[in-house]
Amino acid sequence: MRFSLEKRDSKSRKMTILVPILSLLLSFLLGAIVLGLNNANPIQTYSAMAKGAFGSQSKIQFTLVKAIPLLLCGLAVGIAFRLKFWNIGAEGQYVSGAIGITWVMQFWTFLPNWMLLPVGILVGVIFGAIWGGIPGVLKAQWSVDETLATLMLNYIIIGYAEYLYINAWKAPRGNMGTVRYPEFAWLPRIWGRVHAGVFFALILVAVLWFVLYKTRWGFELNMIGKNQRAARCQGVSIKKNIIVAMLISGGIAGLAGAIDSAAVTHQLTKGVDAGYGFTGIIIAWMSGLNPIVSIFIALLMAALETGSDALQITLKLPAAMGEVLQGLILIPLLAGTVFTEYHLRIQGKHKEIST
Amino acid sequence: MNWIDFTTKLLAATLAMGTSLTYATLGEVFTEKTGILNLGMEGIMLMGALSGFATAFSTGNLYLAIIVAMIVGASFSLIHAFLCISMRANQVVSGLAITMLGTGMANFLGQRLGPASNKFNLCGMNLATKFDNIAIPGLHKIPVAGAFFDVSVLTYALYLLIPFAWFFMYKTKHGMVIRSVGENPRTAAAMGISVSKIRYIYTVIGGMFAGLGGACLSLSFTPSWNDGMTGGKGWIVIALVIFSAWNPGRVVIGTLIFGGITSLQFSLQAAGFEMVIPTQFLAFSPYLITLLVLTAMTIINQKKKGSYASPAALGTSFAIDDK
Repeated sequence: MRFSLEKRDSKSRKMTILVPILSLLLSFLLGAIVLGLNNANPIQTYSAMAKGAFGSQSKIQFTLVKAIPLLLCGLAVGIAFRLKFWNIGAEGQYVSGAIGITWVMQFWTFLPNWMLLPVGILVGVIFGAIWGGIPGVLKAQWSVDETLATLMLNYIIIGYAEYLYINAWKAPRGNMGTVRYPEFAWLPRIWGRVHAGVFFALILVAVLWFVLYKTRWGFELNMIGKNQRAARCQGVSIKKNIIVAMLISGGIAGLAGAIDSAAVTHQLTKGVDAGYGFTGIIIAWMSGLNPIVSIFIALLMAALETGSDALQITLKLPAAMGEVLQGLILIPLLAGTVFTEYHLRIQGKHKEIST
Repeated sequence: MNWIDFTTKLLAATLAMGTSLTYATLGEVFTEKTGILNLGMEGIMLMGALSGFATAFSTGNLYLAIIVAMIVGASFSLIHAFLCISMRANQVVSGLAITMLGTGMANFLGQRLGPASNKFNLCGMNLATKFDNIAIPGLHKIPVAGAFFDVSVLTYALYLLIPFAWFFMYKTKHGMVIRSVGENPRTAAAMGISVSKIRYIYTVIGGMFAGLGGACLSLSFTPSWNDGMTGGKGWIVIALVIFSAWNPGRVVIGTLIFGGITSLQFSLQAAGFEMVIPTQFLAFSPYLITLLVLTAMTIINQKKKGSYASPAALGTSFAIDDK
């Protein structure tokens, strides 16, 4: 028997929807095998995770609070990925945003009270945009490899943030963390722990959906990602678009950092590099770079994180199980995506079956 | 401390750290030469470090540990090979997925390994035996350069492996096959070479070396296990491949420089330099320097088109029936 792939005439719509769903199921099955090999009951583990993520009102709130920065980071990464610009620096751009807002909260005390929060968020966005813009310029001007540039910039800014909260900006008491932001400048809560950041995220989803699917610029971005040569022939400036897309991508990741600081931590401290930027990569790819679908994937990823935190307490399993599942999720998807564009052809001795 | 002592010690530390990087970078050079980009190095190295450590910890056999780490590295890169070659997945995203999976698995298994009856938590454990340095009588007393003759078996093996890898790549017929697959897969296929087979083989071999590189960390450099102990070295490897201009013979230059900067940074911290430069700045300096050198190298590579360029088909999938 021989297997071969044959190109479809057009992208299969059925497969585009089916493949991610089947991949998700398959990744949970693979996760069950990993659990089984480690003598943990998969059903018990998964139900404990579900309970940990959605078991009570306050747990749902925790999951939603986690989903906000995850969704924003997924959106940020998604814009860059559209141009095939592999921004794996959302983590650093997030931290940069957190540094930006903390700087305003600490030192811009000359501002009237009501302006502190909006200005802080704006500066956070700008800081994120700068940290995303650097690799954008490096790539556009000299084609410096962006995966490495964004990753190195992560290490640099995370180290710098550590210097700030351990040395330069450390609060007089305790051994790390800045002084807390004044309470009037916190981002207000709207339902239990869930804060107004939800609105930022949802409005951004709508705006991005419109820009990416309904405007000429969104069309240009897509064209650059799919066929650079064709885009260039159409007179689209690739350099300019890379820089603009990276400023926006970094800005959104910076917004995520600023919002989470203003609403959850209220300071710059250890744990600011919580890995949202990396999970954002999974969210962007799983959602097919679609902002609306990203909402659901972000919720799922948030549930995996809060759910696996609960594992540690209820089943004494390492919380790293969440990381394992997140890592497993992409693999069947990557393997399955080929079927949206290709048929599988199985050639037996006598008969040919094609699906 | 006098300068000769300081330099000798720095060189010794550089060699110890550079060993791990050199194995992994050599592996990635071979993988990328065939046109496959494997960004999963960080995850594979971490799995290699964990599996090597766990084997040595439970059996005490260091050579068995090396073999296990190489098998684990090979199996992880096999996933990458399957996704990118057979399923034509995007190589960047597949590599990222491998890194995430490897990191997650290593952290998970490091805290919970083996059957329920005797679970290990390996975090923070140390090895009783490790690959010790073997001094060559006489030679190791030479000032500074003596450091080259007082290293572990793992480093001595590299003295043979690097020239061999260079010879294999540039002076043998098979080396030419590898290069042709990465430069122009269509022509290679027309000449009767199985592009997929060559790509599979060298992606898996690349992973084996990455696993070995990871094991060098946990069996020799810092003989212990800690979550995320590679600390981004897998990513540095990707940069070092660019510095080497995809030439196995040049790999060692990049690894020595990066290993040197990192070791210097450690010795500066130890020497109380954090009063002048904050510890965190010293800690991120290797990454900053990597970024600067990467930028400089990229600009130079563009001016000197030719011998410094990346394999032309790097990162692209290939199928014989594609139009």
